[in-house]
Amino acid sequence: MAGLHKSEFQNPVINWVDSRLPIFTMMQKEYGVFPTPKNFNYFWNFGALAMVTLMIMIVTGIFLAMNYTPHISMAFDSVQRIMRDVNYGWLIRYVHANGASMFFLVTYIHIFRGMYYGSYKAPRELLWILGVVILLIMMATAFFGYVLPWGQMSYWGATVITNLFSAIPVVGEPVVTWLWGGFSVANPTLNRFFSLHYLLPFVLIGIVFLHVAALHITGSNNPLGIDVKGPQDTVPFHPYYTVKDSVGLCAFLMFWAFVVFFFPNFFGAADNEIPANPLVTPAEIVPEWYLLPFYAILRSVPSKIGGVLMMFGSIGLLFVLPWLDTSPVRSCKFRPIYRYFLFLLVIACLTLGMVGAHKPEGVWVILGRLGTIYYFAHFLVILPILGKLERPLPLPESISKAVLPRGGGPLPSGAAAKPMEKA
Amino acid sequence: MRWVHLAAAAAVAGTLAIAPARAEEHGMPSLPKQGWSFSGMFGTFDRAAAQRGFQVYREVCSACHSMKLAYFRDLRGIGLSEEQISAVAASVTIGDIGDDGAPIDRPGLPSDHFRSPFPNELAARAANNGAAPPDLSLIIKARDGGPDYVYALLTGYSNAPAGMKMGDGMNYNKYFAGNQIGMVPPLSEGRVTYTDGTPASVNQMARDVVTFLSYISEPETEQRKALGVRIVLFFAFMTCITYAVKRKIWADVEH
Repeated sequence: MAGLHKSEFQNPVINWVDSRLPIFTMMQKEYGVFPTPKNFNYFWNFGALAMVTLMIMIVTGIFLAMNYTPHISMAFDSVQRIMRDVNYGWLIRYVHANGASMFFLVTYIHIFRGMYYGSYKAPRELLWILGVVILLIMMATAFFGYVLPWGQMSYWGATVITNLFSAIPVVGEPVVTWLWGGFSVANPTLNRFFSLHYLLPFVLIGIVFLHVAALHITGSNNPLGIDVKGPQDTVPFHPYYTVKDSVGLCAFLMFWAFVVFFFPNFFGAADNEIPANPLVTPAEIVPEWYLLPFYAILRSVPSKIGGVLMMFGSIGLLFVLPWLDTSPVRSCKFRPIYRYFLFLLVIACLTLGMVGAHKPEGVWVILGRLGTIYYFAHFLVILPILGKLERPLPLPESISKAVLPRGGGPLPSGAAAKPMEKA
Repeated sequence: MRWVHLAAAAAVAGTLAIAPARAEEHGMPSLPKQGWSFSGMFGTFDRAAAQRGFQVYREVCSACHSMKLAYFRDLRGIGLSEEQISAVAASVTIGDIGDDGAPIDRPGLPSDHFRSPFPNELAARAANNGAAPPDLSLIIKARDGGPDYVYALLTGYSNAPAGMKMGDGMNYNKYFAGNQIGMVPPLSEGRVTYTDGTPASVNQMARDVVTFLSYISEPETEQRKALGVRIVLFFAFMTCITYAVKRKIWADVEH
C-alpha cells in the first residue's frame, strides 16, 4: 500500500524528508544502531579504511583530471605542469599516486583478515565474491592509471599487459589490436585508458555499495568466527565502531601522509620520469608492487598461454574459495593446523612479490615456481583436504561467554546511545 | 592486537623486500653515498651550492642539454633576486610572433622556459654522435640512485681498462650502464670560475650542479617537507585523541 514512511525523527524538516524518502531512518538503522559484534580487533578497521581511500582517490583524481591532457604528445608535460605550476598540484598528485599503493595495502590486509577469520564462509559467500570483483576492478583501474603519466614504464607496462591477450588462441592478435585501437599502444589507447580510469572508480562505488549491503544482511563476522547469539554479543555501530574506525583512520592517514611528504617516490619507478619512447625499451619492465605476485606467477610458467591462464586463475580461485574450504569452522583461532598453512600462503605471496621484482634468472626462477606451486596447492589441495582431517579446537558458546570471565550479560543500561560525559 | 603488529611487520618487510630490487644494478659498481643538504626529512637546498650549480649548468651543461620543463622564475627557489632572474632571462633570445603576425626575436622573460640548445631531437642527435643528450629537468628523479648516480657519473670518467674495445667517439665511465658513454667528460679542474671564490674542482662542480638539478627536478621539496611535518604531527595528535575517546566510549562495555 502506498503511504508515507512513519518517521521517528523529531526535527520537522528531517521528518518531512524522511517520511517521503527514509534515508535518515536507513542511515540510523545501518550505521547508527546497527548491531555489531563487540569483539572486533583492529583488523576490522581495514574495510572502512579502504572505503575512505576510495573516496580520497576519487576526489584527488577529479582535480587531477581537470589539469591533465590525455594526448601522447602532451600527457607527460601536463603531469609535470601539475607538479610544478598547479597550486598544490604536487600534493594532489602524490596523494593520488601513493594512494594507489595505500589502497592495495589496506585491501590486501582486508582480504587477509577475511581469510584468517573465515569471513568468506556461509552465509557470506556472495559478500566475499563481490569483494573479489572489487579487487579485480581495482587492479584494472590501477593499471589504466599507471599508463596516464605516459612515462617509459607507463608505455611499456601497457604494451606488456595488453600483449597478454595475444596469448588467446586464434583471436588473440585481433583482440589486442582492438584493445589498442590501432597497431601499437598509441594515442587511441591512452584516450580509452583515461576514459576507463575515470569510469571504473564509479563502478567500484556501485559494487562497494552492494558489498556493504550484503554485509548488512548477514552481519559482520568476528575474530571468533561464531554467530552472534543475541544482544549481549553486540554493540551499536555508533559510537563504538565509528570511534574505533576513527583511531585506525587517523593512524593510517598519518602513515599515508608520511609517505606523501617525505618519500613520495618510494613506490615509483625512475624510468617513469622519462617520457614514453616506443623506440627504447627500459632495461627491466616491472609493474607496481601490488601486481608483482601475479606478474611472478605469469613468468613462472614456461608457456605464454599457460602463464596467462595461471595468472588469471590465481584470482579466479578466490571466487570459489568459499567452496574449496571444507572446514565448518571459520576462525583460524580454532584451526590449529590451517593457521600455519595460511601463513605459508602469506610467505608464498611475499616471495612471489620479490620474484616479480627481479629478472627471472637463477634462484628467482626456482623461488617463483615454488611460490606458484604452493599458491595453487594451498587452494586446490590443502584447503579441501585439511577441512576434513583437521580437528578444530572447541568453539566458545557465544561471543560474550568467550570474552568475559563471568559469561556476560546485557549491556549496561543506556550504553546504546550514551552521549559522552565531560571528562 | 598482536596481529596488528604482525600485519604491520609483514607490510614493512614486504615493501622493503621489493623496493631495493628496483635499484638493482646490472653488474655495475655500487654508488658511493654522498651526504646532500637536501636529503632526509628536514633537508633543504644549500642556496650557495645551488647557485654555483646553476652557473655550472649555464656555462657547461646547457651547451648540449635542454631543461625545458623549468622556468627562469624557478630560480627564485635557489635564492636569486627578481633583478637577477630578469637579467638571466633577458640574456637569451626567444623566437616569438609579433602583433603583426611576423616572427620576431625578443629578450626572455622570467615566465619563459629555459631554452633548448637544439631545435629538435634529430638535430641534437646529429650534433652528438647519434645519442641525443637527455633533458635535465627531471634527471635526478629519472635515474635509479638519483643525486648519488648523477654525481658518480660526472666524476666517474677514467681511461678505459686495457683490452676494452671502445666505440668510436665513446668515453669510458665507471658508472654508466655498459661503461661507454657518448658524453665527453664535461667537467675539468677550473672549468668555471665561481664568483664566490670557491675553488672549482671537478668534485665541487659535480656536487654543486647535482644540488641545482635536484632542485629543478623537485622544486616543491622544501615546501613539501615543511608542510609534511605539520600534517604528520596533526595526524599523530588526532590518533592519540581518538584513541583516548575510544577508550572512554568503550569503558562501559565488557569486551
